[in-house]
Amino acid sequence: MIGLPVLYIIGGVFFAAMALLGAFDADNPKRWGNLAFWGLLAVSFLFGDHIGDLANGILVLALAGLAGLSALGPGKPNTTTPEARRESAARLGAKLFIPALVIPLVTLAGTFLFKGWKIGAWVVEALAIDGTPVVDPKQATLVSLILGILCGLVIAVIMIRPRPTVPAQEGRRLLDTVGWAALLPQTLAALGAVFAAAGVGQIIGQFAGASLPSSGPAGALLAVVAYTFGMAIFTIIMGNAFAAFPVMTAGIGLPLIVGTFKGDPVIMAAVGMLSGFCGTLMTPMAANFNIVPAALLDLTDRYGVIKAQIPTALLLLIANTVLMYVFVY
Amino acid sequence: MSLWPLIGIAVVVVGFVLRFNPLLVVVAAALATGIAFGLSTGLAPLPAAIKTLETFGKAFNDNRYITLTWMILPVIGLLERAGLQEKARDLVAAIKGATTGRLLILYLLARQVTSAAGLTSLGGHPQMVRPLIAPMAEGAAEARHGPLTQAVRMRVRAMSAATDNIGLFFGEDIFFAIASILLIKGFLEQNGIMVEPLALSVWAIPTALLAFVIHGVRLWRLDAQVARLNEPEPGQ
Repeated sequence: MIGLPVLYIIGGVFFAAMALLGAFDADNPKRWGNLAFWGLLAVSFLFGDHIGDLANGILVLALAGLAGLSALGPGKPNTTTPEARRESAARLGAKLFIPALVIPLVTLAGTFLFKGWKIGAWVVEALAIDGTPVVDPKQATLVSLILGILCGLVIAVIMIRPRPTVPAQEGRRLLDTVGWAALLPQTLAALGAVFAAAGVGQIIGQFAGASLPSSGPAGALLAVVAYTFGMAIFTIIMGNAFAAFPVMTAGIGLPLIVGTFKGDPVIMAAVGMLSGFCGTLMTPMAANFNIVPAALLDLTDRYGVIKAQIPTALLLLIANTVLMYVFVY
Repeated sequence: MSLWPLIGIAVVVVGFVLRFNPLLVVVAAALATGIAFGLSTGLAPLPAAIKTLETFGKAFNDNRYITLTWMILPVIGLLERAGLQEKARDLVAAIKGATTGRLLILYLLARQVTSAAGLTSLGGHPQMVRPLIAPMAEGAAEARHGPLTQAVRMRVRAMSAATDNIGLFFGEDIFFAIASILLIKGFLEQNGIMVEPLALSVWAIPTALLAFVIHGVRLWRLDAQVARLNEPEPGQ
């Protein structure tokens, strides 16, 4: 069955290739740092399940140390000049979009298929070997994404006919521009687990719930304001509305809005979660939405995407608060 | 309850404000939180540190799948090499009446509608914004105002990334089988409140409309901003 273990081997090989290509870039003074960083990540992907929790922890320390010491730096793989790109774009035309669009389409189709939803059910049955589905239904989206990437790659290679090492070198060029930020989302998820184990959420929830009045129209309004803004602020801290939701809802939403003031739990919960999403737009902790794209788009300001989002996020947070106050009671 | 585990939040805030390397800040915050918690439960410093490293290492290992998405980069890089961004720019520049703002409003709408139908993977920064949307938005601005200043280019790119995020966040909750809706349903059920996912997702619609209006107006005003910011300095 194709599930996470297979994907991690593919990922390990990918990052090992990135590490080696980086190490052979003789013009790059930071090539040994690149080798160490992506090489360690390859080790994590290939052997992470066998080396034990403590070794994994030390591995993350080493990765963060390399990033903190600025040991990584972009190399200069050969790529095309702007003139050559314009010429190639004119020659290949709109066909160029096909591989890029194949990736999401295969991801989608595969997700539906491998999950065994409706039309997919008979395919899954047909593909099953001794009753075990070929693809782990729990990992349908990830497997489909990797499959989509492989399909896109094959089509692009047939179309463009590059030398064999070119796709890997171009991948390294982009991975270098992202750099250590590529690892930030995964590391933040691990930070979330440590916060959860230490009960950070419960401590904040106690603070939030303890100081609010529990009667009168002003109390009802305050409860809503504390809940929506609390969701946003706690999401800013944790980088994830999913982490904020149980804490704020147990601390303020259920006891005050639903319990004391008899609000509708459905409206409270739905609009509350969306208030948390407003927080996601304003925090570097939501790295894959805010910090990684800044690196990916070569923005000079690491917080450029967040700055672009803050006005929308604040206005929408106020709008959500009004919406909840008007409809929840 | 000891307040010391909150020290991790302080580490994050101070670290980001002082612009230390974020990866280092996050790891430091995890260590500070875990060790403070360990000490508050009566552990000695060294066992507390080891236990924290174990918790952190295990969670890091369990979340490797997040980092798998970078495997998309060789395809995107290869297509860029062959002129994908240039083609995306030309395509938009050739459309009469195309402006950065209008293009991004259209993308906002498309992202919200497809996410609301559960098609959240039809977008994203590596696969859509960098190769297609940001070059198109820049192309539209260039077609109107000539070569862009660095400030305008950065602004247009940042708004392209922002539009993808906002479209995704305030579209996906309309789809009743999305993770956040299932989380809400599960949490309320644990607390004895039975709800239908569909009832929750219906209440995502008003916010989705407001998000479209608020961000749409900002995108609409972006065109005027681009025109103003791209004026050459007097005397040049």
